[in-house]
Amino acid sequence: MTQTEHQRTSVHNVKYENGAHLKIQNLSKAFGNFQVLKDIDLEVSPGEFVTVVGKSGCGKSTLLRLLGGLDQPTQGQIYQNGQILQGLNRDARVMFQDSRLLPWRRVLDNVSLGLKHQAQQQGQWALDQVGLGDRPRQWISQLSGGQRQRVALARALVSQPRLLLLDEPLGALDALTRIGMQNLIETLWQEQRFTALLVTHDVEEAVCLGDRVIVIEEGNITLNLPITLPRPRDTASVPFAELKVQILDRILKRQRPLVSEPTYTASLFAT
Amino acid sequence: MQITQSKTSTSPWQLPPLQQLIPWIVPAGLIFIWQVLSQLGLLSTRILPAPTSIVQAAIQLTLSGELITNVGISLYRALVGFLIGGSIGFGLGLLNGVSPIAERFLDSTVQMIRNIPHLALIPLVILWFGIGDPARLFLVALGVFFPIYINTFHGIRSLDPNLLEMGEVYGLRPRELFWTIILPGALPNILVGLRYALGIMWVTLIVAETIAANSGIGYMAMNAREFMQTDVVVLSILMYALLGKLADSIVRVLEHWWLPWHPSQGI
Ligand SMILES: Nc1ncnc2c1ncn2[C@@H]1O[C@H](COP(=O)(O)OP(=O)(O)OP(=O)(O)O)[C@@H](O)[C@H]1O
Ligand SMILES: [Mg+2]
Repeated sequence: MTQTEHQRTSVHNVKYENGAHLKIQNLSKAFGNFQVLKDIDLEVSPGEFVTVVGKSGCGKSTLLRLLGGLDQPTQGQIYQNGQILQGLNRDARVMFQDSRLLPWRRVLDNVSLGLKHQAQQQGQWALDQVGLGDRPRQWISQLSGGQRQRVALARALVSQPRLLLLDEPLGALDALTRIGMQNLIETLWQEQRFTALLVTHDVEEAVCLGDRVIVIEEGNITLNLPITLPRPRDTASVPFAELKVQILDRILKRQRPLVSEPTYTASLFAT
Repeated sequence: MQITQSKTSTSPWQLPPLQQLIPWIVPAGLIFIWQVLSQLGLLSTRILPAPTSIVQAAIQLTLSGELITNVGISLYRALVGFLIGGSIGFGLGLLNGVSPIAERFLDSTVQMIRNIPHLALIPLVILWFGIGDPARLFLVALGVFFPIYINTFHGIRSLDPNLLEMGEVYGLRPRELFWTIILPGALPNILVGLRYALGIMWVTLIVAETIAANSGIGYMAMNAREFMQTDVVVLSILMYALLGKLADSIVRVLEHWWLPWHPSQGI
């Protein structure tokens, strides 16, 4: 380990903190007369990875925005580490579906956005984490879509957030890049132990990454399913497929005999 | 007055030398023909002087100091008028762009005044200021004000609000938000406004100096006209063209410096 690398790591370790604890109570959010979230209760332990799935428009992003303090609830509270969340959540970082990078700043300057101390050093550390340590001087327009999402991830991680909110961060990526990014997010989460909430359309991604999968339907949490499979998860294994089917059935409101037949599982992918 | 960013994908200084020469072939040929026609007497000097006599006039007026003085005076008027109008337009554009309250108070007023062609005000301006420098500076400032104002304002307003939200999430304070997101994001538009304003600046000055002045390039031209010195008249026109070109090149250099990330820079 070289001198600078060593400094970077120690900078990182000094600031190390545990993930945030979240307790959501009777949370409701309405836009005008339109009730988006209805009376949600949810507790998330420090360092837990919760994935949120649900149909488009069910209120997933709204939940995430409330947790980030970007919107205020109409009713109910969010407690973070025992304190009511008011205004912008300073402990949280949001990774948006569109990367929202600044085209007029170079990669490294995008990552170190808003950092007050040792911005360059910390930014370089985060870029190394996402495997882009060799292109700090490039412009955003020179990166591919997957690389942009990695820069956005580095930017979210660089300030060592206690809570990472990911709103369909991989939605726009191809299947192969997605798998790489999922592994990257899992690895970084295991190293840093922040609390993570990831919104996704992809049930497989939800099962692959979550300690718990939450299904939101019409503003309510209708399934809260712990996933105890060992990590890294084998997406081809039978228990994995069964969990996936269980969640999909819940979302699509399908009835089926408790023991699923193999042919039945296969036909699922055609729907 | 919404002007789109012109696509200058390849910088001229990146072309190989031979290709750089190609655009000059036709103008050089035309000048050559012009010279030949004048020397053969087919083109009266009362209509157009020979290119060589224009060069002679340039040398003569440079040596007498007349050319430098008049160009200097015109340049000074252009710059001062531009600085006054441009800074007011820029400041007001920023203010109205950032603050919706200010916009409600001021924007519709500005839009109404914008509909008056500023050159139509010349008789009134002469009544107010006489025919001295203040009248010319006022006209230049007024002409420059609008493109700078509109493009600065529009540049800020057309910023992606998602980027601003992102800035807040990432802990930027209002001042940092302005310097890291609002201003750089509006800069491409501001430079479009700048380029447009420089064009208006010269046109306004030409008109103002031609109508009433006792110094400057326009005066030089009008004075020469009285004595039928077509060579000096053409020389004056060329000086305006040269200064206009210079201003345009300066904007290009600024774009090159300030927008290195922009697709128009061909990165
Ligand atoms: N600012 C807003 N004003 C009014 N309605 C809104 C606003 N934001 C969201 N909504 C509405 O709330 C509902 C939930 O939106 P939300 O963005 O949370 O959905 P989502 O679950 O994230 O969907 P998707 O998966 O398509 O992103 C939608 O019907 C949407 O129209
Ligand atoms: Mg959404």
